[in-house]
Amino acid sequence: MSYVPHTKKEVEEMLRVIGVSSIEELFKDIGPALRPSSFNIPEGKSEFEVKEHLERLSLKNNTNLINFVGGGFYDHYIPAVVDALAGRSEFYTSYTPYQPECSQGTLQAMYEYQTAICILTEMDVANASLYDGGTALFEAVMMSLRITGKNKIIIDGGINPIYKNMLFTHTANLPVDLIKIPPHIGQTKREEIYRHLDEKTAAVILQNPNFFGTIDIHSDIVEKAHSLGALVIESVYPISLGLIKTPGSMGVDIVTGDGQSLGIPLSFGGPYFGFLACKRKFLRKVPGRIVGETIDKEGKRGFTLTLQTREQHIRRQKATSNICTNSALCALRAVIFLSILGENGFVEFSKLNYEKSEFTKNLLKNIPGVEVINSPTFNEFTILLKKNADEIVNNMIDKGIAAGLPLGRFYKGMKNYLLITVTEKRKKEEILRLAEGLNNAINL
Amino acid sequence: MNVPDGLLYTKEHEWIRIENNSGTIGVTDYAQDALGDVTFVELPKIGDTIKQFKAFASIESVKAVSDVYAPVSGKIIKINEGLLKSPELINQFPYENGWMVVIEIYDEKEKGNLMSASEYKKYLEGIQ
Repeated sequence: MSYVPHTKKEVEEMLRVIGVSSIEELFKDIGPALRPSSFNIPEGKSEFEVKEHLERLSLKNNTNLINFVGGGFYDHYIPAVVDALAGRSEFYTSYTPYQPECSQGTLQAMYEYQTAICILTEMDVANASLYDGGTALFEAVMMSLRITGKNKIIIDGGINPIYKNMLFTHTANLPVDLIKIPPHIGQTKREEIYRHLDEKTAAVILQNPNFFGTIDIHSDIVEKAHSLGALVIESVYPISLGLIKTPGSMGVDIVTGDGQSLGIPLSFGGPYFGFLACKRKFLRKVPGRIVGETIDKEGKRGFTLTLQTREQHIRRQKATSNICTNSALCALRAVIFLSILGENGFVEFSKLNYEKSEFTKNLLKNIPGVEVINSPTFNEFTILLKKNADEIVNNMIDKGIAAGLPLGRFYKGMKNYLLITVTEKRKKEEILRLAEGLNNAINL
Repeated sequence: MNVPDGLLYTKEHEWIRIENNSGTIGVTDYAQDALGDVTFVELPKIGDTIKQFKAFASIESVKAVSDVYAPVSGKIIKINEGLLKSPELINQFPYENGWMVVIEIYDEKEKGNLMSASEYKKYLEGIQ
């Protein structure tokens, strides 16, 4: 197949039809000052040369590091069955299931995905997925504004700074009053939230575990918010839900998160997916696509997109979101990932993360010049170093270890803080290498 | 089509029953028939201000979702909560239990922009 869009002959033919003598004449209305003298496109290369060029570029990626970096995106094992099933052409090439009569496979997969998200978060309803954790959080904020008719949003200091930036960008020209609680390593400071929480508040945004790894029980904040007519939005790390209290059990109204940890490989820029679940009473305020179960004319069970009047292609400017799609393939991977683990397997998976992280914490505690910040955590925790964390991390990269996320990259006052993540993939020997590497980097 | 006397009508098929300074608003028999089975009604909040001929509520049916426009301007003083549980009341009793909101009317003069029952009947004949 030729990737040349138009041959010379075709171009001439088209020009003839529209009655223009040359390309030059076609563009003559655009003044010379506005036209580039050249596009500087080099001569074409052969397939062999292009492949070699791309391979050389890819070698610049360092993919063999022992990974202790998290901060919202995690290095979890992905069973081979996820690729095998999600790669099937029936799923891989399928388009938006607007025609349920020929899209039952995709629709059922989305329906099962929604069910899995509801079970995981202990919420009533979930949509068929959004772009990523940050956009999902923004959509939840918009939902809370629609539901309450208020416009004040309190953002806890433990929210992932990447999500916060996305929220600021998305709401920059909207009448939303964003209250930002300063970052704090440890559990949510209640008094900071309550200082701002009042009858004008639409929602309080929390994250569990928070960006610094700390886990919390937010039931008291939920109760207080509800008493003032405000909602609580919680962003969660799905893998942690096998072990820690679910947002549903704490009375949270809207739950969001990034689904990358559920079977999506780490890659710079994604694609990942976001999830959003909420209480049943907010069903009609949910953004994005929802798949529902129904019966066909013969009374057989079937699936179809439902409640589409919330969506942009039906309702234009009154839609609940300007996102009219979902991350179907990534969500499919998540439901395969979750179903292959099963309920017990998922809890074990979750526990493994926690236990390995606790083991690492205890090991690092004994290193002079390292202080493990004392707070309950899941598989991620913050340590304070005697030296600049960025320098330590760069130093250890050369030894094949990505030791963590230096928090100074996000917060000016945290140059010596390092966020460390330990997933189920990290072997004891690798954890020992981390400890040894840190000790050498700090103390030698 | 049932078009009761004594009510005032809009071209968008809403009706209003004016008593003293307040007005009860709903959609007409023609509207409910055109919409088909109503599945959900979204109402404004008590205290909201609505403006003549601007959308203030929406009705979702199996066919579509349609905006409901205010016959006159005013402040919402009552909403029909029965519709939230039983939206089909709009199909069954568009002029009685299917009412949507009661407003406090801001400006009586706006009535002049509405149709009487006989005018609305003629208007319906024109579009059928």
